[in-house]
Amino acid sequence: MSKRIYITGIGIISAIGNNVPEVLSSLEAGKTGIGEITLFPTLHKGSIPIAEVKLSMEQLLTQAGQNGSEQFTRTTILGMIAAKEALSSAGIDDVNAFRTGLLSATTVGGMDRSEVFYKEFLGDPAKGRLKDIINHDCGDSTERIAIELGIRKLVTTISTACSSSANTIMFGADLIRSGKVDRVIAGGTDSVTGFTLNGFNTLMILDKRGCHPFDEHRAGLTLGEGAAYVVLESEEIVMKEGKQPLAELTGYGNANDAYHQTASSPDGTGAFLAMKKALNMSNLTPSDINYINVHGTGTENNDLSEGMALERIFDPVPFFSSTKSYTGHTLGAAGAIEAVISILSIRNGMIFPNLLWSTPMKELKIKPITKLLSRQNILHVMSNSFGFGGNNSTLIISKLT
Amino acid sequence: MNKRIYINGVGCISPQPTLDTHSFLENVVSVEGNRLKAIDPNYKEFIPPEMVRRMGRIIKMGVAAAKTCLEDAGCQIPDAIITGTGLGCIEDTEKFLGNMIKNNEEFLTPTAFIQSTHNTVSAQIALLIKCHGYNFTYVHRGFSFESAILDSLLQMENGRASSILIGAADELTTNSFQIQNRMGYWRKKPIDSLKLLEHPETGTIAGEGTAFFLLDEKKNSNSYALMQDVEMLFRPESSDEITSAIHLFLDKNRLKTSDIDLLLLGLNGDSRFDPVYNGVTATAFPDVPSCGFKHLCGEYMTASSFGVWLASRILKEQQVPEILNVSKKPPALKHILLYNHYRGINHSLILLSQA
Repeated sequence: MSKRIYITGIGIISAIGNNVPEVLSSLEAGKTGIGEITLFPTLHKGSIPIAEVKLSMEQLLTQAGQNGSEQFTRTTILGMIAAKEALSSAGIDDVNAFRTGLLSATTVGGMDRSEVFYKEFLGDPAKGRLKDIINHDCGDSTERIAIELGIRKLVTTISTACSSSANTIMFGADLIRSGKVDRVIAGGTDSVTGFTLNGFNTLMILDKRGCHPFDEHRAGLTLGEGAAYVVLESEEIVMKEGKQPLAELTGYGNANDAYHQTASSPDGTGAFLAMKKALNMSNLTPSDINYINVHGTGTENNDLSEGMALERIFDPVPFFSSTKSYTGHTLGAAGAIEAVISILSIRNGMIFPNLLWSTPMKELKIKPITKLLSRQNILHVMSNSFGFGGNNSTLIISKLT
Repeated sequence: MNKRIYINGVGCISPQPTLDTHSFLENVVSVEGNRLKAIDPNYKEFIPPEMVRRMGRIIKMGVAAAKTCLEDAGCQIPDAIITGTGLGCIEDTEKFLGNMIKNNEEFLTPTAFIQSTHNTVSAQIALLIKCHGYNFTYVHRGFSFESAILDSLLQMENGRASSILIGAADELTTNSFQIQNRMGYWRKKPIDSLKLLEHPETGTIAGEGTAFFLLDEKKNSNSYALMQDVEMLFRPESSDEITSAIHLFLDKNRLKTSDIDLLLLGLNGDSRFDPVYNGVTATAFPDVPSCGFKHLCGEYMTASSFGVWLASRILKEQQVPEILNVSKKPPALKHILLYNHYRGINHSLILLSQA
């Protein structure tokens, strides 16, 4: 790969913090964001925990710099806040000083408002406020954010379930390498909705105790909401700006498991292929990876499949943990949220623990890190995001040399 | 793009009889109304019966068109699958929501939820043909299919794939039609769909469909056309901006506006949106033969994929179907430029050339 791709800015909002410093603080303190449902009325309140961003829509609107005259979906506002932080973190005042694209991912889109609409509409097609449905499609949040940031060069949306925002990061890098743009803001956003809560509950893969990734007695995932973006810039632009990047995106890969619509193959074929592709691109060997931020949802199926794939590639398997017991599974935002966490890991020399873990899985030889490790020399981090539809993505992020 | 990329196979399910590669719009379908429905083939001919039963319509359409395309191209497993969809699996989304609301979140079954994930079409294709390659789905309004094209060109250019299955799919449900109707998208008075473009008024007609293409570095005896390039313009601020972009786009591909033999335009008969096309053609392409295509497929977020199917067939067969009512007979058919916009927000240019 000819051009080097640098990460010059990061932005994040999640259940464990409304910005980068807050998120880092919670990660260090082992403070989870999983708790009771408060955001929408549901039968499952009190019985199924989720990881909500601890701000109301009014507070989010204020944080996003909106005066309330326009209606936004929660998904859009979360994304707007994180994207603005990423731009600011990259020191970008004039977004159009260089050819800049916005690549955003989402799975639910404006469903937080659409489900309110459908409740009225499905009973009577003349009912339901059009304001609530007009922002339903996945492209909407991306366009609203692009308009707010003043980005027009290239704007598009990826929706591939749980790997979505890892995929926007990959596509962003490819776009920069092709010379089509100089830099991109890439990431994703998703809010928790009754639709997704009930959907996952029907699949019987929600753990009522909160997720226990890679634990023998794990019982499922915990949904979360949030958004995160990274600013990717070409080597040439970074030199022109005289900027000091935060990290480098050194490898990535996407592969399809092609096994089942929702379950992963027992030997983790898709996961194995994605990780291999990323390693090949980065020119690294498995032993070069210091930490893996695993997909680790806490479902019986994913953790086994992913664990098997890890043991096939790595010998020994490096330190690894799932941070989903902090943030919940943020679906379309997961890839980017975990990329930001991986960057925090590198920059602070820390490996964040896999919370809510007590028993090793009997099929695997490996165990996650369960206590914070500090003063680590972390050169290369691998981050996995595996979605429904067998969509498996891996990113490798490296310390600046 | 430096590599020559061929379209070696096509598969299109639309409101016209387009799945059959032996005919080319000799028989066309028209409706009296404001809604066009895609013609469903016998899905059991393409998909194992136990799978057909559970599949939502958009998935069946996508899989059937993809399989037709792969067979047409003589390709068993491409290196990658990249698709676009504007509204995604909307029927299954509505179904699950409906059950959830009706049953107050109890006694729900997961099938509709599972299939509502927007990358299900890409995923089901991969599953059926056992393709482990790169698999992306773009869900962004009038940029969905264009993003898939762009990504495929990048993957070919960077050497990560030498054959890619790309496609787009959008389905029209009654709910979705009604919602968009309330938003003023469609014509109020029913018309003969084939006459859609004749007298622009407020509103257009709704459509749906799917189109798949097999892109390959190697030409073969079945090659339809060259997929040259794509450009997306987000909310252009003036007609000048659009024409400048067109000149830059053609320039980049070493062409002049006079090299374009046929202009395929996304006119949809809506007086609020058609003037943009007229302004651009008058300025940049005053003498180029042009025509619309949405009187055949209707308006939907990925309608440009129908346009690309049309362009591919025209370039291969070297003839323009009569039903397109082209402004004047093109003296040659070497280069076709497709210019489309979705509700004035997503404008795109797609360039195809003779193989």
